[in-house]
Amino acid sequence: MDIKDIIKPENLVYAKPRLMNDNPMHYCPGCSHGVVHKLAAEVIDEMGMEDKTIGVAPVGCAVFAYNYIDIDWQEAAHGRAPAIATAIKRLNPDKMVFTYQGDGDLAAIGTAETIHACNRGENIVIIFINNGIYGMTGGQMAPTTLEGMKTATCPHGRSTELYGYPLKISDLIAQLDGACYVTRQSVQTAAAVKKAKKALRKAFENSMAKKGTSVVEIVSSCNTGWKMNPVAANQWMAEHMFAKYPLGDLKDI
Amino acid sequence: MAKIKGAVVVDINRCKGCDLCVDACPVDVLALEPKEVNDKGYHYAYMAKEQGCIGCASCGYVCPDGCITVYKVKVD
Ligand SMILES: Cc1ncc(C[n+]2csc(CCOP(=O)(O)OP(=O)(O)O)c2C)c(N)n1
Ligand code: SF4
Ligand code: SF4
Ligand SMILES: [Mg+2]
Repeated sequence: MDIKDIIKPENLVYAKPRLMNDNPMHYCPGCSHGVVHKLAAEVIDEMGMEDKTIGVAPVGCAVFAYNYIDIDWQEAAHGRAPAIATAIKRLNPDKMVFTYQGDGDLAAIGTAETIHACNRGENIVIIFINNGIYGMTGGQMAPTTLEGMKTATCPHGRSTELYGYPLKISDLIAQLDGACYVTRQSVQTAAAVKKAKKALRKAFENSMAKKGTSVVEIVSSCNTGWKMNPVAANQWMAEHMFAKYPLGDLKDI
Repeated sequence: MAKIKGAVVVDINRCKGCDLCVDACPVDVLALEPKEVNDKGYHYAYMAKEQGCIGCASCGYVCPDGCITVYKVKVD
C-alpha cells in the first residue's frame, strides 16, 4: 500500500495538539518541557476549558511557556507562581488555574510559596518539572540535584556534606493536609506519556471539584545541562533519577 | 487477517533532530536524514523504511515539538 493512501484525514491517529500553536519552541532539542506542554494543551482542550484556563509561567527555561499554548497566561517572578495562581483562582473561582514550574523555581527560591499554597489547599494545579538542575542559567546545582551529579557549580559532583541532600519536595508536599493529589510521572516513553496525561487530567479535575491542591511532578531530562544527547539523557534519567525520585502516586484522596 | 499499516508525516522545519522518535519507534522505521538539513540546520527525522510503520504513534507521543502526525489504516 502506498503511503499516500494512508495519509488521509480519516486515518489520522496522532497530531500536534490543537492548542499548541505554530511558534517554534525555544527549548533545546529533546527537552522534556515540550512533551509536557503538549500534554497540558491536550488535557485543557479535551476538558473543553480552552477559554477558562489561566496558566502561570515561571522563571526558568519555561519562562516563555505562554508563547506556545493558546490559553490565558500570567508570568510570575521567580518562584512566585503559586502565590500568583492563588490570587487568580480566588478572584476567578470558575477558572481552571495552574502553575508550570521547574525545580529551581519551585524547590529553591519558591519553596515557601509552594509549601504554603499547598498547605492552604488552593484549588490549583502545580506542574513541576524536576530535571535536577537549573537549566536556563547554564546548568547549576539545584536542591534536587542527585548526590554525585556534576553541574556547573559542583563540577566534581554534588557532595551531601557540603550541599545537603536531594530535596524530595513532592514527598514533603504529600504530608500537607491541603494537598489532595501528589504524583510523580515521566514522559520519556509513549507509555509514560499516556500515564502522565491521565495524572494531569485528574489534577485539573480535582482543581475544578475544589478538592485542594494537586501537584504533578514530571521527572524530566535536561540534556544540555546534563551534557548528554537527548536519548542518553532519557536513559540516564531512568537509571538514576527514578531511583531517587520513584514514579507513582504519593497521595490521592 | 486484517493488517495495520501506518504512515507518519514529519513537520520538517519544526523538527530539531533530537532523535527521540527514532529511539521510540518499535520497528525502526524512522531515521535522521543523514545529509540534508532543515531551515534551522538540523538533520530532521524521516521515514527511512516506508513499509514498516504500524501507526502506533510512539514517535508522536515522545516528540517534544509536536512535529509528527501519524496515520493508520486496517488493510484486509
Ligand atoms: C530573583 C531571581 N533569582 C535568580 C534568577 C536566575 N535564575 C533564572 S532561572 C533560574 C533557575 C531555573 O531553574 P529551574 O526552575 O529548575 O528551571 P529549568 O530551566 O531547569 O527548567 C535562576 C536561578 C532570577 N531570574 N531571578
Ligand atoms: S537547558 Fe535543559 S531544561 Fe532548558 S531547554 Fe535546554 S534541555 Fe530543556
Ligand atoms: S507510528 Fe509507530 S511504527 Fe510508525 S514510525 Fe512512529 S513509532 Fe514507528
Ligand atoms: Mg530545572
